[in-house]
Amino acid sequence: MDYLYYLRKEKMPHIWCDGCGHGIILKSILRVIDKLGWEKDDIAMVSGIGCSSRTPGYVDFNTLHTTHGRAIAFATGLKIVKPNLHVIVVSGDGDATAIGGNHFIHAARRNIDLTVIIYNNYIYGMTGGQASPTTPIGKKASTAPYGNPDAPFDISRLAQAAGAAYVARSTVYHVGKTDRYIEQAFLKKGFSVVEVMTPCPTSYGRRNKEGNGVEMMMFQKKNSVGVERAQKMSEEELQGKIITGVFVDKEQNNYLQRYDEVIDKAKQINQ
Amino acid sequence: MENIPNPNVRMWQGNVACAEGAIAAGCRFFAGYPITPSSEIAEVLALRFPVIGGNFIQMEDEIAAMGAIIGGSLGGAKTMTATSGPGFSLKQENIGFAVMAEVPCVIVNVQRGGPSTGLPTHAAQSDVMQARWGTHGDHPIIVLCPSSVRETYDLTIRAFNLAEKYRMPVILLSDEIIGHLTEKIEIPEPSTIEIIDRKKPTDTPENYLPYKMDDSDIPAMANFGEGYRYHVTGLAHDETGFPTNDPKKIRAQMLRLNRKIQRFRNDIVEVETFNTDDMDVLVISFGSTARSAKRAVINAREKGVKAGLLRLKTIWPFPDKEIEALYKPVRKIVVAEMNLGQIAHEVEWATRREKPVVRVNKIDGEPITPNEIFEAIIS
Repeated sequence: MDYLYYLRKEKMPHIWCDGCGHGIILKSILRVIDKLGWEKDDIAMVSGIGCSSRTPGYVDFNTLHTTHGRAIAFATGLKIVKPNLHVIVVSGDGDATAIGGNHFIHAARRNIDLTVIIYNNYIYGMTGGQASPTTPIGKKASTAPYGNPDAPFDISRLAQAAGAAYVARSTVYHVGKTDRYIEQAFLKKGFSVVEVMTPCPTSYGRRNKEGNGVEMMMFQKKNSVGVERAQKMSEEELQGKIITGVFVDKEQNNYLQRYDEVIDKAKQINQ
Repeated sequence: MENIPNPNVRMWQGNVACAEGAIAAGCRFFAGYPITPSSEIAEVLALRFPVIGGNFIQMEDEIAAMGAIIGGSLGGAKTMTATSGPGFSLKQENIGFAVMAEVPCVIVNVQRGGPSTGLPTHAAQSDVMQARWGTHGDHPIIVLCPSSVRETYDLTIRAFNLAEKYRMPVILLSDEIIGHLTEKIEIPEPSTIEIIDRKKPTDTPENYLPYKMDDSDIPAMANFGEGYRYHVTGLAHDETGFPTNDPKKIRAQMLRLNRKIQRFRNDIVEVETFNTDDMDVLVISFGSTARSAKRAVINAREKGVKAGLLRLKTIWPFPDKEIEALYKPVRKIVVAEMNLGQIAHEVEWATRREKPVVRVNKIDGEPITPNEIFEAIIS
């Protein structure tokens, strides 16, 4: 396929550092769009603030770079007004689950037909490596110089508990899985979340002595455990592991379908 | 004579008139969050929109509601949210986004006492400065203040028209008294209502510049999903919509953004005068307080004091020229408002402190009475 067809070539080079995994996720997204044959005019990509949120600037779709944490709120309004658009939200761990956490869980509860792709690198990379809601306990960040005292969110489990219709987690090492999950998420007529673990060697790896981008990806390879296998493992055995796979894949009416029912009821009553 | 009921006559409260005015203006998407004393606006639209092809959504918070109406407007709908003081504070960041990205939308603030939770069920007019400067950065804003139920209807329509015409958020600054006041109003025939829609691009998608610098100062706006693939950001951007760090391009766009208001202020600013031709005392007021002010002016005239009223329907951009045209012959100016002098300060500025400005202020949730203004006029 021709990746350049989907990219705004004049916006290159991108801002992502050497060894960053974000470009790998972007290629996965573009491969799936190409495979599904979606027209560029029919796609809107919405983001908030952060490294991941610069993705929309590089792709030749209808693109909206909003305020920190609020992408899902903007995307909800756009989807309601233009239900035929494929609305994709790209977000980071901090953007989606710290400042934007409320929108994230409520969009899942509402089951609005959006796909949220979360680039989880455990850190606020763009602003110099501050601790995020997914930074593990004890890991170092610029705002956690002695180790992070805060417990992390498990983003996929959070989305599952909040009612999302589709939730999966992959890593940038596992590109085949990432493609498959993004495709399933795009085809889901409801709120779908794909969490992709991605290395930030500059702001996280360096500080925590986890090596360069390649070494951090090798860590992903060695430490990923499929969701079925993880169920048979003890909590100790799962320490430091990345559980990958599909956590939720269910059919339920989405917000717009339920609002259509509201319209029918309102029209009957007001006839 | 036969008593035929006029089908256009309604007994409405201000908040209902706001919701109905929005519908008349073509608003078909509302996102909101419950907050007293604005909730009736959301409630009416939740009831009405499913029947007339609109979409109502109750969002998880005020911030989300503001974000959703910006997203909806980019999709091509006329969109609105409604709130009150604390919620208005929460919306400020995204209001700034709408200013920066030039996305038309309407924000209603039915004012209550503040700061903080303040007086949820009592009126105030203390968000005058928040409406002007609530979001950060140098930015233009349009703020309209209704003084009656009928005017709430009319100014809601006008808020949409100005938002669409100038590609920016417009704030309807009502207050608890007007929002909950029930009056008999005659709604206009739809055919008599002027409706303005945003300027659509005539360029081909390849040549479209969403923030084009041309003589109009107001770039054409394409809707998402209609063949014009462009980028919208809250970052400083150039004509293409993409972020830039070029000081020259940033300056040009920022000056254009602010020029939209400076250049078209005569089209935006609306005031109403009452008994101002031969006046000795100029009373300035707005919103619900202007009703008391009008009665005070009438009472003062009966006592032989030549008082006149300037009622501000637009408060931002500030009607400085309109004040300038009136204040020279008067011996004093009385400014009545339910805050500690937010408009009085602007009046002093506009009149260069050449006349004494008597402030009639109240911040305890009670309305300012005609007599309190009357006393200030005749003293």
